[in-house]
This record gives sequence, C-alpha cells and structure tokens, in this order.
Amino acid sequence: MTPDRRTVLGGLAATLAAPRIAGAATVKDATGRDLPIPAKVTRVFPAGPPAAILLYTLAPDLLLGWPRANRAEECAYLLPDICKRPEVGRITGRGNTANLESVLALKPDLILDVGTVNETYKSLAVRTQEQTGIPYALLNGEFLYMSDCYEKLGALIGRYTEGLDFSDYCFRTLDVITNRIAGVTAAQRPRVYYARGPRGLTTGLGGSINVETIELLGHNVAGGTSGGLANVSLEQVLLWNPDVIVTIDRQFAETVRGDPAWTGVKAVKDGRVHLSPKMPFGWVDFPPSVNRLIGLWWLGKILYPELFREDLRELTRGFYDKFYHVKPTDAQIDQVLAGRG
Amino acid sequence: MDATRRSALPGFAIALGVLIAGLLVAFTVGRYPVGLGDLFHVLMAKLAGTQAHVPANVESVILQVRGPRVLAAVMVGAALTVAGTAFQGLFRNPLVSPDILGASSGAALGAVIGIFFSLGVVFIQAFAFVGGLIAVAAVYMVGSAVRSRDPILVLVLTGIVIGALLGAGVGLVKYLADPYNQLPAMTFWLLGSLSSTTVADLVPLFGPVAIGTAVLIALRWRMNVMSLPEEEARSLGVATGPLRIVIVAAATLVTSASVATAGIVGWVGLVVPHMARALVGPDFARLLPASAILGGGFLLLIDTLARTVAPVEVPLGILTAVIGTPFFIWLLASVSKTWS
Repeated sequence: MTPDRRTVLGGLAATLAAPRIAGAATVKDATGRDLPIPAKVTRVFPAGPPAAILLYTLAPDLLLGWPRANRAEECAYLLPDICKRPEVGRITGRGNTANLESVLALKPDLILDVGTVNETYKSLAVRTQEQTGIPYALLNGEFLYMSDCYEKLGALIGRYTEGLDFSDYCFRTLDVITNRIAGVTAAQRPRVYYARGPRGLTTGLGGSINVETIELLGHNVAGGTSGGLANVSLEQVLLWNPDVIVTIDRQFAETVRGDPAWTGVKAVKDGRVHLSPKMPFGWVDFPPSVNRLIGLWWLGKILYPELFREDLRELTRGFYDKFYHVKPTDAQIDQVLAGRG
Repeated sequence: MDATRRSALPGFAIALGVLIAGLLVAFTVGRYPVGLGDLFHVLMAKLAGTQAHVPANVESVILQVRGPRVLAAVMVGAALTVAGTAFQGLFRNPLVSPDILGASSGAALGAVIGIFFSLGVVFIQAFAFVGGLIAVAAVYMVGSAVRSRDPILVLVLTGIVIGALLGAGVGLVKYLADPYNQLPAMTFWLLGSLSSTTVADLVPLFGPVAIGTAVLIALRWRMNVMSLPEEEARSLGVATGPLRIVIVAAATLVTSASVATAGIVGWVGLVVPHMARALVGPDFARLLPASAILGGGFLLLIDTLARTVAPVEVPLGILTAVIGTPFFIWLLASVSKTWS
C-alpha cells in the first residue's frame, strides 16, 4: 500500500532534475485526467481538511474557506484574516457537509481534493466536475507524495515557482530524515505504541493513515495486523511492551503515569510517553496533510535522540514561518511543544 | 408446585455451571499469559493482604486489567438479562429487549454528545447513564399521557418512536463530529466494548445494578401477576399502574448503568431470557435469579472471546449479534411452546 520510500524519493529526484510542467497547459491529477490549467485562479474550494491545509500553506489568499471553522486557539498560529474565513463544509470524505449549490455560489475557479486515491474518490472527482463545470483536481495525499502535490498544485493555480519551492523543501526534509535513520536496522527501530482516546486503548493498525509518520520512523507494535483504527486491550499493550508511547490525547498522557495498570509497560516505566503537539494542526496523525512534516523531526528526536540533535524550537519556528506564515513567540512555541491548545 | 420446583434445579445447575466455567476460562485466558497458579497466588495474597510472589505485570493484569473486566462483564450481562426478562414479562411479549423504552438510544445520544464535546471518560459515562434515564422517563410520560385501552401497547410504540428520534439525534451528532478523532470514538462506543474497564468503573456499575436487580427480584411474585392480562391482574388486587412504574424504573436503572459502562451491547437482553426460561420455566421467582446467573456467564464468555481471538478487540455488539442470531432462530423453532 505504502510506496517503497526509495522508489518514491528516487522518482522525485528524477522529476526535480528534468524539465517539468512549466509551460504545459495541463496537469495530470490522480484520476489520470489531464486537467487544463485555468487561466486565472483567485478562488479555490478545498474538498476537505488536507486540501485546505495544503492550499493555505502555498497560497492562503486563494482559500475560500475551511471545511470546519477554526477555533480561536488555532488562529493564534495562522494568518488571522485567513483563519477566520467561513466554514464551507466538505465534499469528500465521510459525510458530505457541503451543498453543491453553495459551492457554486462561492464561484470557485478550482476545487481541490487531497487524500486517498481510489475508485470512490476518483469517480467523485469526475462526477463533481461534470455536475458543477468547475475543474476538480484530486491529488494523492499520501505522505511521501507531498512534494508531488505541491508541484501540481503550484502549476494548477499559476504559482509554479512557489509550488516548486515547497516541493523541494518537503523533498529535502524527507530525504534528510530518511537518510539519517538509513543505518538503523528494522530490529533496532524503537517499538512504538500509538495511543488514542482518553484511555489510550485505540490504536492505528499497520498501514493505517493514522500511523503513517510513526511507521516511517519507528516500529509500530500494532503493525502486525493491517487495517485502520481499532480498540485493543491493555493486556495486549502489556504483551507488546512498547519502548515508546506516542499519544494525541492529553487526558491519557496526564493520567497514564499514575495509573497502576499501566506501570508495567516499558515506555511508562522509562518515562517515554509523549504527547503530540497539535497546534494549529496535529503533528503525527490528523489532518493527514503537510502539518505532519514537522512532526517527523519531533518523532525523530523522540525515537533517536542521538541522531537528531537539532533544536526543535528553531525547526518549529522555521516551519511555522514558511508553512503557516506566522512567527510564533518563544512562549507560543513552548505551548505548541507541550501539546497544549 | 413442588414438582416444578424440583425440576428447576438442573436448570440452575446449568446456569451456574456456565457462570463458573466462564469465570475460570476468563481469568486464565487472555492476550497476556497468566497461569492458573499465578491466579491462585495473587488472589490468595490479596485475601491475606500480603504481597504475591509473581511478576508485577501478572499481578497488574489480574487485579487491574482482567479482574475488573471480568466482573464488569458478569454484571453487565446479568443486568441486561434481568432487565430483558422483566420487560418481556411486563409487556407480555417475547420480542422485547431492555432497550424497548429507549434506554440504549438515550444513553447512546448522551455518550456521543459527551464525545462530541471532548469530555473525560467519567462524564461520557455519566451522560450515557443520565441519557438512558431521561429517555425512558420521557417515553413513560408521553406514553401515559396518551389515553388508551391498551397502555402497554402505547408504551411500546412510544418507546419505538422516541428511540427512533434519539437515533436521529445520534446521527446528527456523528454527522457534525470531527471525522478524524471523534467519529471513530463514537463508532467504537456504539459497537460496545469492555476493553477499557478499570477498577474505578466497577462502583458506578455495581450500585445501580445491585439496586435495580434487588428491586426486581423482590417483586418476583407480583411480576407473575403482571404478566397476566391487565384486567386479570387488577382483579387479583395488584395495582398495575404503580407496579409498572417501579418495574420500568428498576429495569431502566440497570440497563442505563450497563450501557454507560459497556456501550451498546444488543441481543443479550433479548436472547438470554429465553435461554433462562428454557432452563427453569416461566415463574419469575426462579426465572429472575436464573437470568442473572446465565446472563452474567453468557456475556462473560462472549467478552472473553472478544478479547482473545485477535490482537485487536472484537466489538461486543458484533459478537453478540453473530452468536445471538442463530441461537435465537433455534430457540424460536424449538422452545416457543414455553410461551404458549
């Protein structure tokens, strides 16, 4: 399911070297259609959260609105006027909350969808474009295709150079991080349990999009069974005895250390339970978009402290500046890193 | 009477056998290996107040993880079955389950609202519990306000209608929920599971279940009368109206507490009362205790399956349906005569 890392990165390197889609009149999206590049793009409708985030990072001014209204805490880490843009619902994913008539009323020049590529979403893209007459681009949202996404999006919205710049940044980041752990054998990888829910007993199975970043750097203890999210029993966690626990649930992170039932787990004994930052968007799990790129550094430092010696605060500052167009204060960065918000 | 009483003994023996076998199996199997000897040592040490000489993880599995879960499974199974038995008698209908008056739908709405607002586990459980109570109270009030010759039928129909409305409410909350985080949590909750049961969950479960079950068992003789047609019951001097309220309240209390702990676990309250009836007959004096014992054992065995067959938990609601459906069909075909 996940493409082989080397193939993808190698493929990207080839495209980086070759003359690319500049000057071309069309962009091939994940449905395999050649989408004509619109003459002028000033308004883009994001079909779901990953698309909204990707578009916000590259061209915040084009974003018509958000699938869900952002909370005030989140707006502290985004451009205030863009963050306050209205809730427009989603077209794809579970539950269509956007009404196609209101989508049309917003007069978008392009509908952008980033995420899973399968027959369901391909047909949704083709059908929505036929129905609305608005170009509907579906881009592959898999983590390792991020560079490709930026390049295609840049071309589609007429910001080719900026798109390439983001594309190169993602490519280089992935390249640096994957090279750094290239010498770590599969057996040496820390065994990670990903805990969700207030009791920490929901986890992501092998190949699940929820553990894409964790599986890129560590060994997912629940990876033996493939699937999506699932509940497990604490007995099973004790049996897995993970070296590290990564969680997105603050309540769980705070209570697990004092919970007698969890004291037998190695990660808890060693104090290696880590609460993922989530402001303005999650660092390890959702939404499944570029927001997880900074999470790779965070995970890298947690799993391989001796290999990742960078100052996470500086990396955070740089990432937030480039992708979220804000300059967070030291206090804000501390807040983010503490997983608050 | 003596003859029938004696014939109930084998039935009780079977029910108890299921429960005891369930307890033995449940304590000794699981994802984490625990031997029978370890179990014995830990329990003896616990009773004697000393330190058991077993690995800390084994002790923690027995006392903190598996133990509470086993007890919760028994209580929830017993509670749902007793409530189902009481309702089947009260409504004189073999197809009635404990959620007929909207207890599960109300609890479901309470829980998904709690998840929607990202509340802690305790609040989600409290919302579910209160949601169940409010739903049944609403059904009862609406049902009683409608004047009819057949109050029971009106009550059941009101329960179905309000249950459907609450179901729509659950749908709405799921629709509005965050699809990445809240929606999976809601889905898991609605499928039912005991996987996250802790020692702290046992008290809020045990209190209501013990009270409700005690009330129902205390009313066992009158419940026999209640399962007669309304006029006959009244002519025997039973105040059917007030008694009905007490039975509904007690059954709702145990159902709501169970659902708040385990999520929606269907089928148990519908199917196990029939098994119990097949074992000890329709007399509530014997049927209620037998239901409690058999229901506890039944859900315990199912939950043991749920937590052992795969590294991942199998939702209880799915297992009870898969096991309950064929069993129910078999029951319909073979022992329907106990209802005639």
